[in-house]
Amino acid sequence: MNGFVENYLIPGAIMVGQSLLVLVLLLVFIAYVLLADRKIWAAVQMRRGPNVVGAFGLFQSFADLLKFVLKEPIIPSGANKGIFLLAPLVTVTLALAGWAVIPFNAGWVIANLNVGVLYLLAISSLGVYGVIMGGWASNSKYPFLSSLRAAAQMVSYEVSIGFVIVTVLLCVGSLNLTDIVVSQQTGLGTKLGLPGSFLDWYWLALLPMFVIFFISALAETNRPPFDLVEAESELVAGFMSEYGSTPYMMFMLGEYASICLMCAMTTILFLGGWLPPVDIAPFNWVPGIVWFVLKASMVFFMFAMAKAIVPRYRYDQLMRLGWKVFLPISLGMVVLVAAVLQTMGWAP
Amino acid sequence: MILHTIIFYLFSGITIASALMVISSRNPVHSVLFLILAFFNAAGLFVMLGAEFLAMMLVVVYVGAVAVLFLFVVMMLDVDFAELRQGFLQYLPIGALIGVVLLAELVIVLSGWAFAPEVLANPVQAIPDMTKVTNTEAIGRLLYTDYIFFFQTAGFVLLVAMIGAIVLTLRHKPRVKRQNIAEQVGRTQKVDLHSVEPGKGI
Repeated sequence: MNGFVENYLIPGAIMVGQSLLVLVLLLVFIAYVLLADRKIWAAVQMRRGPNVVGAFGLFQSFADLLKFVLKEPIIPSGANKGIFLLAPLVTVTLALAGWAVIPFNAGWVIANLNVGVLYLLAISSLGVYGVIMGGWASNSKYPFLSSLRAAAQMVSYEVSIGFVIVTVLLCVGSLNLTDIVVSQQTGLGTKLGLPGSFLDWYWLALLPMFVIFFISALAETNRPPFDLVEAESELVAGFMSEYGSTPYMMFMLGEYASICLMCAMTTILFLGGWLPPVDIAPFNWVPGIVWFVLKASMVFFMFAMAKAIVPRYRYDQLMRLGWKVFLPISLGMVVLVAAVLQTMGWAP
Repeated sequence: MILHTIIFYLFSGITIASALMVISSRNPVHSVLFLILAFFNAAGLFVMLGAEFLAMMLVVVYVGAVAVLFLFVVMMLDVDFAELRQGFLQYLPIGALIGVVLLAELVIVLSGWAFAPEVLANPVQAIPDMTKVTNTEAIGRLLYTDYIFFFQTAGFVLLVAMIGAIVLTLRHKPRVKRQNIAEQVGRTQKVDLHSVEPGKGI
């Protein structure tokens, strides 16, 4: 029992502390991301959006939280009670679990896994279970249809996300997320003789993959224009139709946590993570976490704008886009990138 | 070390318990969910072995894709399990025979280590030094150099199976109206504006 305190207790306590810190900051951030989503949507439609609770509606999300928690949870009598309640828990737990491997700054990561990218891919592919379980356990027709759609949609778009990640990994030569960001310090820009800048990041070198990843991320998180899972004009509210109060809130929280996770993932894979846009004096004084949050917020702004601007896809068009457009392009890019890296001798 | 042991027994205990629940639960959807739990805990065991790549692949491939399709099929099919159980006694001897054969094979394989411990000492292929490379790299090197033929053959078998499945289920229905996106996008006049007289149409 000698080494117990040093080997297990103190590292364990540090890890729990770090996790709690990330969790609390993340939840507050998500509260404002939710508000931003509604505000941006409202601004595009020339509405005001939430503006009553607090100045400019800044406390709207917290008021919503209070309302959801204080309401009575209703479980339909025909529902499969255990799975009905398990589904939102699964959604929110998985969405938050992904944040364990995200490097917010150099060395600022809870679990520096060797296979960080695969872990994120695994977590995001598990997100479909919350939807399927919720839709099935509701024992109702619209939620069930929604969960079937979700199963097909999320599995389809995972394929192209997987190939996009493979091209990035080919350029990096490691599955570690920190290594992916570090490898973007040098790239296309420095090969042309420029100092380290935003031209080095993979968004430029792998531009088609960046676009495909962004669109697939929209589909993977069931964001509009791919929100076929909860298309309100067809399926009431999709898999969430029978949910109310706290379980519903957990679905919403899980959804936004996974959207933010996808934004963070885009930032790390294509936008250079915590690296400053230009590696010169005023920019590289700013701490990396600021750049990381700024970049992730910018990606989220694009998510929100896509929601406000683009009309919803029809289901067969969604499937066509995933299997007939993205899959061949991303598969071709994997071959092309591998060939270029090998012939030019750039392979890591 | 003691923590390691506790976690090992936790993972393996849950794996075995959920595997039992897969075959004993009455609701097929519950069965699939327990199967997923079993996969998950098996992935945990892989992580404990230091095989994190295999663990992640197990989760991505089996839990993320295969089990989703399982669940999809089980939810869609209206299987009457009472009917399925009717022939239980009739098939019991064959099932028991297969079970005994499987058990015997497992016992023979596992007891091989007890009878001939020297087998472990001379593995067929030199394993890369795990202290120098991560196991993802090690697997990649082995698969794409020494075992490239088997790897490619396995890929081809899967490709043939996939094409076979597509050919078997593909039916060209002549009357189905299909959307030709290339044609729509290639139109020079994308939008037509007509001023329509009431009651006449375009």
